[in-house]
Amino acid sequence: MRFSHAIFEKNAVMLTAAVLLTVAVGGLVEIVPLFTIETTIERVSGVRPYSPLELMGRNIYVREGCYLCHSQQIRPMRDEVERYGPYSLAAESIYDHPFQWGSKRTGPDLARVGGRYSNEWHVLHMVDPRAVVPESIMPSYPFLADRKLETKAIEKHLKANRVVGVPYSDEMIAEARADLEAQANPQSDTEALMKRYPKAVVADFDGNPAKLTEMDALIAYLQVLGTMVDFTEVKPADVKQ
Amino acid sequence: MAGTTTVRTGGGPGEQDYIEDVVRAGVIATIFWGVVAFAAGLYIALQLAFPLLNLGLEWTTFGRLRPVHTSAAIFAFGGNILIATSFYVVQRTCRARLFGGPAPAWFIFWGYQFFIVMAALGYVLGITEGKEYAEPEWYLDLFLTVVWVIYLVVFVGTLLKREEPHIYVANWFYVAFIVTIAMLHIVNNLAVPISPFSSKSYVVWAGVQDALVQWWYGHNAVGFFLTAGFLAMMYYFIPKAADRPIYSYRLSIVHFWSLSFLYIWAGPHHLHYTALPDWAQTLGMTFSIMLWMPSWGGMINGLMTLSGAWDKLRTVPSLRFLVTSVGFYGMSTFEGPVMSIRQVNALSHYTDWTIGHVHSGALGWNAFITFGVLYYLVPVLWRRQRLYSDAMVAWHFWIATLGIVLYITAMWVSGIMQGLMWRAYDELGFLQYAFVETVVAMHPFYVIRAAGGLLFLIGALLMVYNLWRTARGDERAETRAMPALVLRPTA
Repeated sequence: MRFSHAIFEKNAVMLTAAVLLTVAVGGLVEIVPLFTIETTIERVSGVRPYSPLELMGRNIYVREGCYLCHSQQIRPMRDEVERYGPYSLAAESIYDHPFQWGSKRTGPDLARVGGRYSNEWHVLHMVDPRAVVPESIMPSYPFLADRKLETKAIEKHLKANRVVGVPYSDEMIAEARADLEAQANPQSDTEALMKRYPKAVVADFDGNPAKLTEMDALIAYLQVLGTMVDFTEVKPADVKQ
Repeated sequence: MAGTTTVRTGGGPGEQDYIEDVVRAGVIATIFWGVVAFAAGLYIALQLAFPLLNLGLEWTTFGRLRPVHTSAAIFAFGGNILIATSFYVVQRTCRARLFGGPAPAWFIFWGYQFFIVMAALGYVLGITEGKEYAEPEWYLDLFLTVVWVIYLVVFVGTLLKREEPHIYVANWFYVAFIVTIAMLHIVNNLAVPISPFSSKSYVVWAGVQDALVQWWYGHNAVGFFLTAGFLAMMYYFIPKAADRPIYSYRLSIVHFWSLSFLYIWAGPHHLHYTALPDWAQTLGMTFSIMLWMPSWGGMINGLMTLSGAWDKLRTVPSLRFLVTSVGFYGMSTFEGPVMSIRQVNALSHYTDWTIGHVHSGALGWNAFITFGVLYYLVPVLWRRQRLYSDAMVAWHFWIATLGIVLYITAMWVSGIMQGLMWRAYDELGFLQYAFVETVVAMHPFYVIRAAGGLLFLIGALLMVYNLWRTARGDERAETRAMPALVLRPTA
């Protein structure tokens, strides 16, 4: 029997099914192996789930659409590595739901902005970017410093993350609110927090001890970006994909 | 040839029986959202040139308004014309009324408008999934899925009850558009809400997997929303406006299946040099380059349909937009594969070159073909002999074309310049420019880009006025563009 294209032109169900099969192939071949090939994620240590305060800060980062102008993905090129630091690894965003690699650099890459600027600089910059970088075209975000951080649902945020694969333990969820408040208060006992979330930066980020604001959370997130992996310990074999 | 596009009487319903109210509503919605999208685009373009326009308010920052612009352009303006024309075309090429009658069609129309308005409100209020071109949160994603499945049922149902023996080629492209968008939308947006009563959710994918799922979705929103769907429009409206059959039926078969198969693989070219493994990047690049062939197959089929009828460009107002749009389609589908080559992408990625490329497609191809279709459809749907003014169509055409040229050339220059400045070293081996110096260098080009956008918006407003008067039945007294002299036909 000779094949004839008329079978698709005369049968709407055949046409629809054939289209679905045709468009399914590429995605299956490209996406499924990313879950099955183990070397996709580099073997480096130090990457941990975000602390509750960092997670809330990350949500503000997403909410404000920062990713539309700032990438979080340093490419392995001489100028990028010199400008921003070691190139980004897949392992560094395994807990990022969603990923925030971005597609445009209207502003600079932020993958390793953690520790680069002081908290005070970030506050000034966020309230009025042109106060610290006169040529900046970034919008100003003064309202972040005024607004109290919404923390009612913090346990739910961690639980939802656990459902999608982030290894938050029962203890982390139970202590979420305490950890969140402790990280923004240098006076508090942070031993348990630091054990659960190593390298977390503890500070009164916005310089306003009276209030836990959205600014506190956003800066906590920015200060941890790109700092989890210690690149002096990484060997070439660890990062081979 | 299968699926003649002329409506024959007898057997199937006559022209009066087709469901047209919802198509008219779709045309009005397309025009409305088009103006919203262009105005929003102009505003955020001005914000990049003059940051004070962010106003220091949370609802008016670039970060919140940019998704309003992209969603209004792609999903509201583009989506409405796709749905409206699919209803129009499928009925005529099948000689059948829409499956299910007017009720499901109206549900699709209003459901889609509701989705758009709720999504845009969400963006302004800071409710977003944080994935480009897939920003609406989980509850709207679910709602859109319901609307979309009903759309698929209505469309395929109409194909099933057709009176024509063959399914016309435009309908293949509409099927590919509807089916593929359903697949992409569902997989990319799988998410877990923190509570059934909260708008916030976390997408199930993470990191590198999320990146590839996202750009598998993102690139094929281009491939199947902005390409396959609009090619369906091309396959119906260019032959109609030119009164010519499609150039090559065989070519349409070959390029339909190759386009559908190849496009899906191209997503990883958005992730060159990232932490995505090299094998996936190479696959994405290879298929992107192969994609050039079916893309130009479509362009050739559209343009060659006019062979022997090129004089109609002077006399049929809609045709000028339709044909130019196919030209822009050819240009941007050549530029795309070039930019997908890793070494080119090393320079172009993260810069305005990408923005320029997108707009040569979005303005030159998608918006222009939509304008052409609107100029064709409004007199037909409102039963008018002609447009209110052909001269205004010509003005619209040239103003908008100038706007596009300003836009894309400004973005080419600023993109390539910024890419080169980022990688420039001075003679001592230090990076030559601080990042902010490249921002300063962008300023004049951001102003030129905004001027291009303003021209495009002015052209669209001319169209709104022209179509409004056309629908009212007014005719402007003007010398109509006619062939200057009728040549004696050579035997």
